[in-house]
Amino acid sequence: MSSELKDKIRVVIVDDEELARQVLREYLSSHPEIEIVAECANGFEAVKAVAELKPGLVFLDIQMPKLDGFEVLELIGRETAVVFVTAHDNFAIRAFEVHAIDYLLKPVGAERFEAALKRARERLEGKAPSVAVPAADLAAAARPTAQHIERIPVRDGARVSIIPVAKLDYAEAQDDYVALASEGKKHLKQQTIASLETALDPSRFLRVHRSYIVNLERVARIEPYGKDSHVAVLTTGAQLPVSRAGYARLRAFLDR
Amino acid sequence: MHPLTGQLRRLILYLVAWIPLTALLIYLLSITHQVPFEQAAALAVPLCLFYAFMCLSAWYPCRTTPIDRVGFDKLLTTHVGGALVAAGLWTFVAWVLAWILSSSVDAFRGLNVRLYPELPVVLVTGILLYLLSVFFYYVLIALEASRAAEARMMQMSILAREAELKALKAQVNPHFLFNSLNSISALTSSDPAKAREMCILLGDFLRRTLGLGEKSAIPLEEEMSLIHAFLAVEKTRYGARLRMEENIAKDALAVDVPPLLLQPLVENAIAHGIANLVEGGWIRLDVQCENGSVSIVVENLFDPEAPTRRRNGVGLANVRQRLEARYGNRASFAAKGEGDRFRVAITLPAEKGVATQ
Repeated sequence: MSSELKDKIRVVIVDDEELARQVLREYLSSHPEIEIVAECANGFEAVKAVAELKPGLVFLDIQMPKLDGFEVLELIGRETAVVFVTAHDNFAIRAFEVHAIDYLLKPVGAERFEAALKRARERLEGKAPSVAVPAADLAAAARPTAQHIERIPVRDGARVSIIPVAKLDYAEAQDDYVALASEGKKHLKQQTIASLETALDPSRFLRVHRSYIVNLERVARIEPYGKDSHVAVLTTGAQLPVSRAGYARLRAFLDR
Repeated sequence: MHPLTGQLRRLILYLVAWIPLTALLIYLLSITHQVPFEQAAALAVPLCLFYAFMCLSAWYPCRTTPIDRVGFDKLLTTHVGGALVAAGLWTFVAWVLAWILSSSVDAFRGLNVRLYPELPVVLVTGILLYLLSVFFYYVLIALEASRAAEARMMQMSILAREAELKALKAQVNPHFLFNSLNSISALTSSDPAKAREMCILLGDFLRRTLGLGEKSAIPLEEEMSLIHAFLAVEKTRYGARLRMEENIAKDALAVDVPPLLLQPLVENAIAHGIANLVEGGWIRLDVQCENGSVSIVVENLFDPEAPTRRRNGVGLANVRQRLEARYGNRASFAAKGEGDRFRVAITLPAEKGVATQ
């Protein structure tokens, strides 16, 4: 690879409409320092392309098949800079809350596009974007209140799977990750258990322990364990520790 | 404004209601045989006529002391006080009348003396009659208040419905426009001829929707050509992903439908169905006409696990409300997702000719 190529900005374009991708392609063609490494027509393809090609910048549509733009952002992590491109202006605040570089409205004008590209370049050339907060946590924080997630997208390498929350048995904190137990399998996701807790519907999921959230529908019984603590036995047979505070919350829920 | 004096018909009814009361007074006066029947009648008729008008004034204290807003003690003192004053005056007038009659008419001589023991009866009757009219006025006020509230409610619901209908009136979804313009902007450099064609298609669609808001109904045929213009634009965006199948009975084409009733359903099928499918899918429109009603079915493929379902249902709710506002229970609406198919079924009465008038 020549030194000239090293400085190139590698770009992925994601939009389910060919003509919409074409506009961006055309605008980018006048920039020799830009290399379009992939074009994707849906969320799954986008996550796969970003995981495999590690581009610096992604132009991302919001309403797409399979995964929407926010879910894609949640899965690709914060190393990649994202510019949203959409016809809807009502996602703008949410887009900036998840640290998108810019938010372009269709039809996209050349000048506005250049401004977004300039911002992206500044971000990429400057200090690397902070990765202190996982993207999934930002996405959870940007979700409108009183709206709970119905599904959790998870990524394993370039493979994306969707876990409907009804199929989530429990979640377990593991360092910077949560392990999501569903249908006999465990999926790792980079997210804190606290932000997962706020994203889930509190009438269906309960934090029973510092490290555990349980799907209340899966709880078969609660058994005492030791002097002060309890364990929750799930219908799947799994046993989860229940803290004293967790037991109080569980009791309050069951007594209701 | 007094509720009785304002209208002659009501005043006459009110005075008629006093006839049995007068009869009652005559009966009370003559029951002890102190006062002969004809003398009691001669006394009671002018007396009751006077008191009927006297009791009209009870309306004013009723008006100023609303039963639901003042305390019981105030209510009691106001009306008992009023009753005592009115009945006292009435008794005095009775006595004066008896004195005049006994001194001017020979046959009635001594009437004033015979009336003396009956004066307490006159007083108590006066108090009761006054209180009765107080009660009557309160009932009247309550009735009028409830009727006014009902009228206000009716007015409000009419206004709300009008506002709703105005809001529901045919509107082109702006996002459809933004996306179409973005497509045109892409085509201007790659395929100018196609860009021009799309401008014309979009213009055609917009022109057809213009002024539809003022019409209450259009023939189905016109709605279908509107849908075709809309689909022609969307085909440019979605290409082969969008497949439309139509099965429309010939006799249904002349039937009147509210304008832009079906177009939002097709738009919905694209936005929440086809747009979320990688390979796209089909939309089927089936219209049949039988037994004086039209049955319309819009069916499409969709991804039950699609990421964003927001806004879904707004367009459908809109169509449902418009049908309800226009046809009431003569129309039906059902929307249901089953597996990977979404189906909207509508029936409405087959009316013809309204649109062309």
